[in-house]
Amino acid sequence: MPEYDAGVRAENLVKRFDGEAALDGISFEIGADELFGFIGPDGAGKTTLFRILVSLLVPDEGRADVLGYDVVSQYREIRRRVGYMPGRFSLYGDLSVEENVRFFASVFGTTIDEQYDIIAPVYSQVEPFKHRRAADLSGGMKQKLALSCALVHRPDILILDEPTTGVDAVSRGEFWDVLQELKTGGLPILVSTPYMDEASRCDRIALIQNGTILTTNTPSAIGEGYTKPLLAVRADDRFRLLQTLRTFPHAFAVFPFGEDLHYTDARPHMNPGDIVREVTNWLADAGFDDVQARPIAADVEDVFMAMMGDGEHYGVPDGQPGA
Amino acid sequence: MCPTVSQVPEPSIIAEDLTRRFDDFTAVDRISFTVQRGEVFGFLGANGAGKTTAIRMLTGLLTPTQGSARVASYDVASQPEAVKRRIGYMSQRFALYDDLTVRENARLYGGIYGLSNRQIRERTQRLLERLGFQHAADARVGSLPLGWKQKLSFSVALLHKPEIVFLDEPTSGVDPITRRQFWEMIYEAAEDGTTILVTTHYMDEAEYCDRISIMVAGRIEALSTPSELKRSYGASTVEEVFVRLARPDGMGPTNSRPSNGDAT
Repeated sequence: MPEYDAGVRAENLVKRFDGEAALDGISFEIGADELFGFIGPDGAGKTTLFRILVSLLVPDEGRADVLGYDVVSQYREIRRRVGYMPGRFSLYGDLSVEENVRFFASVFGTTIDEQYDIIAPVYSQVEPFKHRRAADLSGGMKQKLALSCALVHRPDILILDEPTTGVDAVSRGEFWDVLQELKTGGLPILVSTPYMDEASRCDRIALIQNGTILTTNTPSAIGEGYTKPLLAVRADDRFRLLQTLRTFPHAFAVFPFGEDLHYTDARPHMNPGDIVREVTNWLADAGFDDVQARPIAADVEDVFMAMMGDGEHYGVPDGQPGA
Repeated sequence: MCPTVSQVPEPSIIAEDLTRRFDDFTAVDRISFTVQRGEVFGFLGANGAGKTTAIRMLTGLLTPTQGSARVASYDVASQPEAVKRRIGYMSQRFALYDDLTVRENARLYGGIYGLSNRQIRERTQRLLERLGFQHAADARVGSLPLGWKQKLSFSVALLHKPEIVFLDEPTSGVDPITRRQFWEMIYEAAEDGTTILVTTHYMDEAEYCDRISIMVAGRIEALSTPSELKRSYGASTVEEVFVRLARPDGMGPTNSRPSNGDAT
């Protein structure tokens, strides 16, 4: 179990902009040994939350502490100890890679050499380009440079706002490898992302949408919380399969998932093997002779869609179960 | 959705040895490919691989250093204005005007593309109906959720019935349900005969394309259907193929090239 006393704790955080709640009563506790992810789309409230935690915004209601310090009354302590990466690239484009890191080190009265061991896992990946202007780096490299700058004052916690957004799949994987290494070295990390597939890289996650937390747990436990039978179904003509399968009388939701469609059956207690047979036969009658269907475990994205979905949103035509 | 060679109309994109250099850096290095009408073509690559530079050339915004491309039957170097009139474009960064209403945005874009008032009125009405946005027609675009904006933005990019639409990371940051609804709109447009060239960092979306190309360091290193690519690389997902191509020696990011003029 995580130890909450030295991590991050939020109680009923509310923040409104022009009367609209960007954060609508958010509470959570994060241990000092966790790599914790806030997962949700743009506009969910992730940035507002992180700005409160790093003391750049004051909440309208509720309270939060980071490393045991109150985000409002003890903001100086927090600013000294937090490594923060804002969502928007905010380094100096006209300075070189090395100059950027050196600048952030000097602000905290230190040097790259003194801190090399802590920044090495990520800085070594951008160091081959240390004389290049930061503005000329690719998206993935910019984020690695930004992380180097957030680490160079040897923070006690990292708070990273969407560090992988707009970054290609390969660079994203490398970035998460670095986070894993830093976390193993004893650094607690809060990270936000809109990419659901990154959930599995976190110890625990919170699914966040419209300023509220839908659920908090380990990624696998969240998948296990999916209460309806789920199948992966595929056939060559995927688009027609999608449209056809949605008219199956027991369809609760049908969505494309890469090469497969994920089919959720509306009958919670039905045996998945029976559903496979039923669906396959029904599709054969509808003219699909190459259907492959198998029961699968839900992943975080399935759960997210189920939790955010109302009938209208959930890909089920009117008049169907669950609509 | 994947027309055969025997069909008469000229492909929507014919690129031959298309090249762009910035000083001594070659951002796009002799790429050749063809995109058929009504095809959904995924244009993939790591950050800095040259995708954005290539798209800027294909949309008539940047002159090739070498090689050529015909888009919607016009040459991008000598007839860039004709190309621009025949294409649609949307990205997350450049979409609609937040301070205008849904209807005003449609009128503005329709006007820019020379549609008559009557055409604008009729097509806007149809657009609103298809999206189920009638109630939001006079809402400021800035007040809409991101997912709505992106769907709207795509529909507006189709308003002048372009032959081909370029979608640059259209689903970035969009919630998972809206992201999938967006792809259904892509399929529908393709069924109507519109050609789609789309970039994405969601590897599951690569699987939804008729064909995909993968750019590495300015070159197209792979181009085929998702299933054929997976077969030839012995991979179970397009993501595996992508990772293998983008980091061929497993050495990590030291392979990365500079990204002059390449925004992502």
